[in-house]
Amino acid sequence: MEATAEKKQEHLSPLAEFWYFFRQNRGALIGLIIILFFSFIALFAPLISPYDPAKIFDGALRLAPGDDPRFLLGTDDVGRDLLSRLIHGARVSMGIGFLVVIFSTFFGSTLGLISGYFGGKVDKAIMRFIDILMAMPSILLAIVVVSILGPNLFNAIVAVSIVSIPAFTRLVRASVLGEKKKQYVLASASFGASHFRQMVINIFPNCMAPLIVQATLGFSNGILDAAALGFLGLGAQPPTAEWGTMLADARQFIETSPVLVTLPGLCILIVVLGFNLLGDGLRDALDPRMKK
Amino acid sequence: MFKFLIKKLAILFPTLLGISIISFGLIRMVPGDPVLLLLGERGSTPEQYKEMQQKLGLDRPYYQQYLSFVGQAMTGDLGVSTQSKQPVLKEFFDRFPATFELGIVALFFATLLGVPAGIIAAVKRNSFWDYSIMGSSLVGYSMPIFWWGLILILIFSVNLGITPVSGRISVLYEIDHVTGLMLIDTLLSDEGIPAFIDAFSHLFLPALAMGTIPLAVIARMTRSSMLEVLGEDYMRTAKAKGLDRKRIILIHGLRNALIPVITVIGLMFGSIITGAILTETIFSWPGIGKWMVASVSQRDYPVIQGGLLIIASIIVIINTLVDVLYAAINPKMRDQI
Repeated sequence: MEATAEKKQEHLSPLAEFWYFFRQNRGALIGLIIILFFSFIALFAPLISPYDPAKIFDGALRLAPGDDPRFLLGTDDVGRDLLSRLIHGARVSMGIGFLVVIFSTFFGSTLGLISGYFGGKVDKAIMRFIDILMAMPSILLAIVVVSILGPNLFNAIVAVSIVSIPAFTRLVRASVLGEKKKQYVLASASFGASHFRQMVINIFPNCMAPLIVQATLGFSNGILDAAALGFLGLGAQPPTAEWGTMLADARQFIETSPVLVTLPGLCILIVVLGFNLLGDGLRDALDPRMKK
Repeated sequence: MFKFLIKKLAILFPTLLGISIISFGLIRMVPGDPVLLLLGERGSTPEQYKEMQQKLGLDRPYYQQYLSFVGQAMTGDLGVSTQSKQPVLKEFFDRFPATFELGIVALFFATLLGVPAGIIAAVKRNSFWDYSIMGSSLVGYSMPIFWWGLILILIFSVNLGITPVSGRISVLYEIDHVTGLMLIDTLLSDEGIPAFIDAFSHLFLPALAMGTIPLAVIARMTRSSMLEVLGEDYMRTAKAKGLDRKRIILIHGLRNALIPVITVIGLMFGSIITGAILTETIFSWPGIGKWMVASVSQRDYPVIQGGLLIIASIIVIINTLVDVLYAAINPKMRDQI
């Protein structure tokens, strides 16, 4: 019996094996559920939310939850429905996270591939540049970039993407250094494969595992940093329903309407926590050293 | 060791050079003419324009401008703030002690709680304690501190009414600036203990907010480092010798487990600055974080440029120092560069 069970284990496909280890991690499952939940809200925001997030209701200023049956979570300081704004905020934040991860993964991986594959002077130059980027505290660099480009949501996404690049570059470079000496790469080279083919088709797919983990964590960093910029008035501008911007607006009403402050931040915390839980779980499931 | 030091210094200088190029270059990417910006809306004659351009040195080629920027920065001249008309370096040093004090207290608090929490989690692995400590540290790690600060205000200031909301000390007290650190200056002043307590109650919430993420990082790091050490042969030897379990963990284990933790704490200066930018904005703490945010919203470019240059340089120098110290304690690290 035991022998057959072991044999079965050996024949698991990579995906099934991944699921086997992933499933054992309760935290990662919770993270996945949180992310699926917020992705659903983000995708279908216009259908789910009771009202338009920018619609102003006259005479409904800062209603507390339960004050008026029309507004489940109450209204904000200019009379907009809080629930609708939170739902659309999910759309903005998930969108920010997605774009930041796409941008920083693309540019970060490209730099890392070139750096690791060619080595030598190219490698030195790229890594020095990355060292310099890393020396600047991320939020500080982001606010300087935004101050130059001008404060709006898109520029905040660009700024946060730039400060997220180094992590991806270092990671991909390290994986490439490990892969490029392996036999399949050497074999391919002996057939005269071009540099581009070697980098993108042969080596890159084998650097995916750590990259997926980093991309998941990049999501949480992107959402957190963009919300911080929104809070500082340098990200999304009102009346955009963005959680960080909503927090900044509600700050002055902290004594009279604590709900306006509590809920947007709680949404940020839960989403970021979801991505961090998933990232930790993926790392455990994809890292061969963790499997015993 | 000497070779390692040389290698590290060889990396430090190009990095500092790169930082200076970036802080110089970024400001020149700002759209709009800085000369017109300074001359104001009133309009100016071509002669005035020319004179201002020469005064600012903007009529010279970029490389000359850069060289004089670096030359002046070396002598401590980082230009003058367009808002306060004060030298940028003086403004920086006026505000640095406030951020330094906040950062030190936050890190102290984070270490004091984080290290024991990490040890407990490692020693009682897979227990209720482990799960709750690691769970809360993941929450702490995910915390948007600009929100956390507001929640702390809501709990401690609005509901309990025990801490002030902003500033470093009540207007009641007039404290001479001796060290710039309020906790020490109050003790040195005539006001004594009541002023110290007042200063501490101002410091408490911002330090708590700023220390939360470092606390989570330290707890996670201590746990994984301790787990690694617990599996070492010398730990088994100590156990075989019949030593007391507490002694084994605290003397044999902790001493080795703490080396990477101390390195991580040393490398936290960068995230402290990030924390300072958000925390100081919430608590109106008069430090460099609030200063940088204000200068961005006022488009005070000499301050942005100078501030970025000083802060990034300090971080690079501290990181190099930590690496060198780490290599001095742990020879294995010298090869990994």
